[in-house]
Parts: sequence; C-alpha cells; structure tokens
Amino acid sequence: MIFLRSLAVVLLRKWYKTMDKLLEVKNLKISARSDEGKEIPIVKGVSFDIFKGQVVALIGESGSGKTTISLSSLAYTKPGLHFAGGEVLLNGEDVLSMAPLRQREIRGSNVAYLAQSAAATFNPAITIGEQVTESAVLHGILSQEEATKRAEELYRALELPDPDRIGHRYPHQVSGGQLQRLMAAMALCGRPDLMVLDEPTTALDVTTQIEVLKAFKKVIREENAAAIYVTHDLAVVAQIADYIVVLYSGEIMEQGPADQIINSPTHAYTRRLMDAVRPKPGAGQGVEVSGEHDRDIPAVEVSKMTAGYGGVVNGEPKVTILRDVNIKVKNGQVMGVIGESGCGKSTLARVMAGLLPQAKGDVKLEGDKLQGSLHDRSLEELQKVQFVFQMADTALNPKQLIGDIIGRPLEFYHGMKGSEKHRKVSEILDMVELPADFASRYPMELSGGQKQRINLARSLAASPEVMLCDEVTSALDSIVGANVIKLLTSLRDKTGVSFVFISHDLSTVASFADTIVVLYAGRVVEQGPTDEVLTPPFHPYTRLLISSVPELRLGWLEETMEKREMAVGISKGVEITSIGCPFYNRCPNAIEGTCNVKNAPIIELNNGHQISCHLKLTELNDVEESTNAALSASESNNVVSISSNWDKS
Amino acid sequence: MMTQMVLRRIGIGFATLIVVSIIVFIGTSVLPGDVAQIILGQSATPATLAQLRSELGLDQPGYIRYFIWLGDMASGDLGTSKAGGASIVSLTSGRLGNTMMMAGIVSLISIPLSVALGLWAAMHPGTWLDRVITFGTLSTISVPEFFIATILVLVLAVELHWLPAIAYMSGDETGWQLMKALAMPLLTLVIVVSAQMIRMTRAGILNVMSSPYIEMAILKGVPRRRIILRHALLNAIGPIVNVIALNLAYLVSGVVIVETIFAYPGLAKLMIDGVQTRDLPLVQACAMIFCATYVVLILIADVASILSNPRLRHPK
Repeated sequence: MIFLRSLAVVLLRKWYKTMDKLLEVKNLKISARSDEGKEIPIVKGVSFDIFKGQVVALIGESGSGKTTISLSSLAYTKPGLHFAGGEVLLNGEDVLSMAPLRQREIRGSNVAYLAQSAAATFNPAITIGEQVTESAVLHGILSQEEATKRAEELYRALELPDPDRIGHRYPHQVSGGQLQRLMAAMALCGRPDLMVLDEPTTALDVTTQIEVLKAFKKVIREENAAAIYVTHDLAVVAQIADYIVVLYSGEIMEQGPADQIINSPTHAYTRRLMDAVRPKPGAGQGVEVSGEHDRDIPAVEVSKMTAGYGGVVNGEPKVTILRDVNIKVKNGQVMGVIGESGCGKSTLARVMAGLLPQAKGDVKLEGDKLQGSLHDRSLEELQKVQFVFQMADTALNPKQLIGDIIGRPLEFYHGMKGSEKHRKVSEILDMVELPADFASRYPMELSGGQKQRINLARSLAASPEVMLCDEVTSALDSIVGANVIKLLTSLRDKTGVSFVFISHDLSTVASFADTIVVLYAGRVVEQGPTDEVLTPPFHPYTRLLISSVPELRLGWLEETMEKREMAVGISKGVEITSIGCPFYNRCPNAIEGTCNVKNAPIIELNNGHQISCHLKLTELNDVEESTNAALSASESNNVVSISSNWDKS
Repeated sequence: MMTQMVLRRIGIGFATLIVVSIIVFIGTSVLPGDVAQIILGQSATPATLAQLRSELGLDQPGYIRYFIWLGDMASGDLGTSKAGGASIVSLTSGRLGNTMMMAGIVSLISIPLSVALGLWAAMHPGTWLDRVITFGTLSTISVPEFFIATILVLVLAVELHWLPAIAYMSGDETGWQLMKALAMPLLTLVIVVSAQMIRMTRAGILNVMSSPYIEMAILKGVPRRRIILRHALLNAIGPIVNVIALNLAYLVSGVVIVETIFAYPGLAKLMIDGVQTRDLPLVQACAMIFCATYVVLILIADVASILSNPRLRHPK
C-alpha cells in the first residue's frame, strides 16, 4: 500500500514536471521592412510549447524562419527584422514586451544560445575561459571562482581534453569540434532553463558530429535543460528531439512527438523533407555509365603526387598536405573525393587546377603532362580544367550581370561576341535549368541554389573536359542540394564532362559518383568504383565514415556510440605522418610495430578497387563481425545502464 | 613566430630609411646649382667655385659623397649649415624640441578625445550626436588645414581678439603667455588630426560590431558598454593604432603649413627656410628626421597590432 502510494506520488510528480510549460510561443509574427517601407512577413503566426526537460526541434529549409523563431525566445531579432505580433511566454512572462534591461537579464541566464559556427561566435581576442564564464558571472549567478569551477566540470562532462587548462587557451588553439563543445559549456555555465541550439552540428564532419551530438544529448539530460534544436537535417533531429515542429516559409506545416513525425508524417512537405534525406551510403548506389564517353586515356591522371604549403626543399614542402597520391578520373565520369576537413580534398583540386604547384609527381590531362603552375599552362589547358568554388556568394562578382559572368569565359576562351555570345549564354542558362532572362539580373537577386547553378554555368561556359567541384552542395539545403546533384548528373550524361566532386558528405558522394576516393590525412586510403568502396572489404577509416552517417530513425545514435566505444579513438585528432599509416592512432585494428612504422601496402581488388592497409583481406572483411558481436554484447549492458539511470532520477 | 615578425618589421624599417636616404640625397643633388654657387652667389668665378667645391668635398663622385654623408649622419653628425656655418645639430635640436612639444600636447589632447568620441559614436550609431560627429569629421577631413587655420585666425584673433594670430616664441614666455601663443596652432592641429582618428575608431568598432561573436555577446546578455570596450575594442585595436601612428607622424612632419601660417618656430618651418636659402645639408637633415619619425611610429603601430593579435601572441 505504502509502495503504491509512493509510486503514485512519484508518477504524479513526473507528470507535473512534464506538464510544466517552460516556453509558450503564441501566434508569433515577425516581419522585415523593405526599402520602400513595406512590411514583409517572415514568420506568419506560429504557436508551439516547450515543456521542462524537453528537446523541441524546429526543422525546415533556409528561409523557413526557424532561426528567427528560435531567437524570439531571447527577445532578439536579426538586424532588419522586428516583432509584429504574438507572445513568447517564458515561465509565464512575455519576453517580447519586457523592458530592455530585463531582456538582457534573461539572455544567458534563463535562455542560452548556441550558434552554428563556433569558430565565428567565439571572440578571437579573449580566452575561452573568460567567454565561457562571462555570462554566469555578469548575471551574478556565480562568482568568478564558482563559474570557473563549474566550467571545468562541464569541460569534463563534454569530454574535452585537458579540462584544467583549456580555459586559458584562445579559440584558435583548439579544434573545430572542441570549440563546438566549448560553446555548449558556454551556454550551460549559467544553468539556463532553455538552450537554443542553432544548427550546432551542420558545419562539422560526420565523425565529429557524432561526438558533439553525444555530448549535447548527455549534458541536456544531466542538466535537465529544455532545448530548441534548429536544423534542416532530419536524421540528426531523430537522434535528439522529443518533439518536432516542421516549418515552411514562416508557417508550421506539422508538429508532433518525434516518433510520430519520423515514423508517420502526415503533411506532404514533411514527406518531401524525408525524401530529400539521402539513403545511407551502401552498395548498389553507383550509377552504371554507358561507355559512350569512354576513352582509353583518363581525363585526368595524378601520379605519385606530393603537395603542400611553404617552400619546397628536396621535393618536400614545408607543410605536406598530400602525400604520394595516385588517382585517375575517367572520361565522362564523376570521381567523388571524401574525407574529413583538413584531409587535403581541396588541396587536391587546387593542384589539378594549377592553383598550387605540386612538389613531386605529375598531373596529366588526357595523357599530356600539365605544368604545375597556372601561369605556365596554355589557354587550351586552362579552358579544359575548370574550378567551381564552394561559396557561390563569394565566387560571383556582385557588380556583374549574370550574362557578363557567363559571357566572360565564352569571350576569353572561345572569342565569342555580340549575338553569338548572347545566344550561347541563353543556351548555357538553359543547361542549368534557369530561364534566359536571368542574364540581365545580378547575383544578389538570386536564391542560394540559383547562385550555385550560375556558378556551375560559369565553368560550363568554358566547355571544359574536367570540372572540379569543391563542396558545391555543402552550403545548400537538402532539397536544393539534391536538385543540384540531379543537374550535375544530367550535365555529365549530356556533355561527357568529367567531374571531380569533393565533399565531406559521404551520402551525397555515394548518390551519384562513379568512383570514390577516400582521403585521410593527405593520403588515399581507399579508392575504386562506388559499389566496391561502399561494400566490404572496407578500409577501417571508410568503415568509420560510413557508420558515422546518421540514420533517419530513433535510437541510432545510442547504438552507434556503443559500436564506436569499441572502435576506439573517434575523439582523437588527425595526425599527419610521413611514416606508417596515418590512421594508426584512431584505428581499432591497428597493429603496433607495423602500422606505425611501415607505410601500408596497397591491396588490389576487383575493378581497380584499392585499399591501403596492413590488415589481411579476410580481416578487413571480418572486422564488421567482431564489432557487431561486441555491439550485441554491449547492448544488454546498455539496457541495464539506462534503467539504472532512471532509478537515480 | 612573433619575434620573427617583429624583427622582420624592424628590418623593413631600416631598409626603408636607407632607400629614403638615397632618394633624399639624389633629390637634393639634381637640383640646379650647388652649395658652392649659392655661397659665392654673384661673385662666383670658375676658379673660386672649383676651390670652394674641393674644400666642401663637392668634387668627389656622388656615391662617395653619399656614403660620407650617410656615415656622418649615422654617427650623429648632421653636418654644418652651408648658409650660416652653424652646426645643423644645434639648429635642429631647438626646433625639433618645439615641434615635439606641439606634437606631444596635441596628441595628449586628441588621442583620448578621438577614441572616446569614436567609441561614443559607435555605441550610439544613428543618434543625432553620432550624425553631428560624422558631419563634423567629414567636413574637417575634406577642408584643407590652412582653411581651418585661416578661419580660426579670422574668428579668434581678428574678430574676437582673444588670441594672438601668430605663435611667435622668444623663449622666455611665462606659462600663460606660452599657452596663449600656442593655443591657435594647437586648436588647428587637434581639429585636423582628430577627425580622421574619430572616423577610424568609429568605423573599426562598427566593422567588428557586425561579427557573429558580437551577436553572441548580445545573446549572452552582456551589457552594451562591455561589448564595446571588451569584445569589440580588443579586435579593432590594429587599425586604430595604425591611424593614430599616421596622425602622430603627420604632427611631426606634415605640419609645414600650420607652422608657416602661425610662424611657429618648428622643424618644418626650419626646413622651409632651408629650401628658400638653398641650404641643402639642412634640408637633407630635416627630411631624414621626418622620415625616421614616420618609420619609427609606423613600426610601433605595426608591432602593437602584431601584439594585439592572439593568433600571433599565442601560436597553436
């Protein structure tokens, strides 16, 4: 009887706790004012609630108003916007109508904000420790000593290295993933009731993303904080959110508990968003290319190439980025290059384009050796290799008309003028699926996806043999990005141009590349046809990459973390070495005395599939099983540990 | 890395001085007529000219004269004035003192004033006071300093009779008299140099104010004053220090016009006199002093902005 009563009390308390409304957004309207003084609605009457301890995800494409809505909980709008109506009640008090001084008080103490790019949001001139503790101390929540102590506890909880001293460092002295976690410490230091996380993992590599997600999830649970999680990535949302709000163009399309939205979405737009989530990279995704554009000589061949920055002494650059790279891009094919940031992907493209002369080795275009430097290449060679940069915003001159941007290569390489040029510009615009009258517009008038198409069109205008695409879809939303990929595929089929497609996103690469090159710390660890690379045998690093891509289902993160615990050093940094295998310090199967002292041999497999590893082929096939066995063993432990957590709370 | 960079800047500073010394030397040598002609004037005959030239060492080839001149200068001997025969060191030292005094007082007033006004304007952009400051600084930048000086003379000296129109100094003025004598050129210079520094401070701070880390500070609930003074100013120091250094250098070498208008016995005035009397060694010496001041001040500014950059101060 007593037992039952106490149980009832506990349940009631839990119920009360969950029914505690922390934030109520009621019919929120936010507008911008145009130059002519016209009101442009950005957020058009949005309502949702957040309860204590709950993670609510706002998802949608850019322009959906998700960041704008999340910032309203801090009574803040980006410059140029203003609140046009509605209420945002934090613990029953409307933050929008508060006095400015009171608004400042709730910022950082009741509601804390985490931005997309920690690298940009940390002040470069102030130590990390001061920035982490600043808010808590300024609001009088903690004394400086208490705050410093609390910060150190948070560093430990977030598994940051050297928690006693990391606070004395400056932002540039730690890595991107660490900085992202430090920002979480900064938000949590003053024990806020609500955290606003704005795309906190979007800019990260998959392997880092997993680490940061895990850390966020852990501290949110431990601190019993509520959170607004803003993202366009449904797979990430599935790992962290309790409740999902789907936004489109400033309006709510659908909202509900996470499992309902993920497993049985009702609104058509939600389903469209789900469709844009690319399937987990796996076998059967490589597109079979017709032999139409096939030739014996590869479009581009890079052999025994070493490149880096700083002066070259005895064929070794001061800082070596790429070491001993051998790759071939076949005519009319797409070669995907993947790897984490800093692995040398962009450097590879820069070497091919002649922006960075290699220190050693050759680059051949259709069998002819290319000069290392751009200045020594002929006009024809320049025309045949074109670069497409990641940020269309910075690559397109804002003062030039689209017609001039596309017309310039036509004039420069092909000597076109007047009506001929004009006609060709329309033709090229048509190829990138844009109307011809775009020629008389400025880049500023275009959307992000349209700008990226112009960016591609500019290179296409040169009628190149090879297009080097450096992360061209990374800055785009999933739906827009998927359309650009479709365009690239059709361009390849129509024109027979070869692509070198650089991305940190394995799913994107897997969806349309013919061959894949996996770079790690400046070396090719695995390459071959897409199908072969994405099926076992794997290089241990490729395996890590594939298993780090989030899946669109609840509970994936927990499962993977168990695997990952087994898989050793995800949190270890990339070390660029000249001797031995560069993956040695993170590899779960590393053989001491071999992997760290000898360069890995290349294992030749079917269809030009190559893996650079000391392990035997059977072992490369096998690791999966051993990891899986360990996983199922640990799964039962996992259940136990979760239930013991429940007991404590 | 940082020491390396600082050492490199110092090296570049030296190189600049050497290059400038060559230009100054060549520049003054190609002028028609040499010192011997000037000294002898109308009474010059080819024989006396040749004799004086060999006495003065003017018959030697140019590069030898250059090295002798450079060597003398490096050892602190600026030579003797060809016109009056006095040592240039003694001629310039008093004048340099006057110029330095003026520059010192002007910077003591204008630097804190401009940084404060610039910060204030940046803290309250768009307010009427910000507009007044912007309007005022823009007008003073676009108007030449002699115009400002003339207006001041017209108003304060001619109309109101508050201040003397020239800043003549005999050397035995009392404090108050000195103040009165200096007031007009001081005021002119403060107005001229402050405008640029105010604008640069305001622009530097506002530029930083649009960075994401400032938005972050706002969202952390940091008060505006602290955002400006701690978060923004630290990142804007580089450009601000540079414009301050440029203006200080102007105070030493670019005040020719102001010194001339007010007949203030400074170094720039001395140089003008040197040009008028064709006293080439004096002109050379003044030019080198000005140049050295520029180089040293810019060097200090460079080093200061290197020191203010944590990436250089604390490498990875």
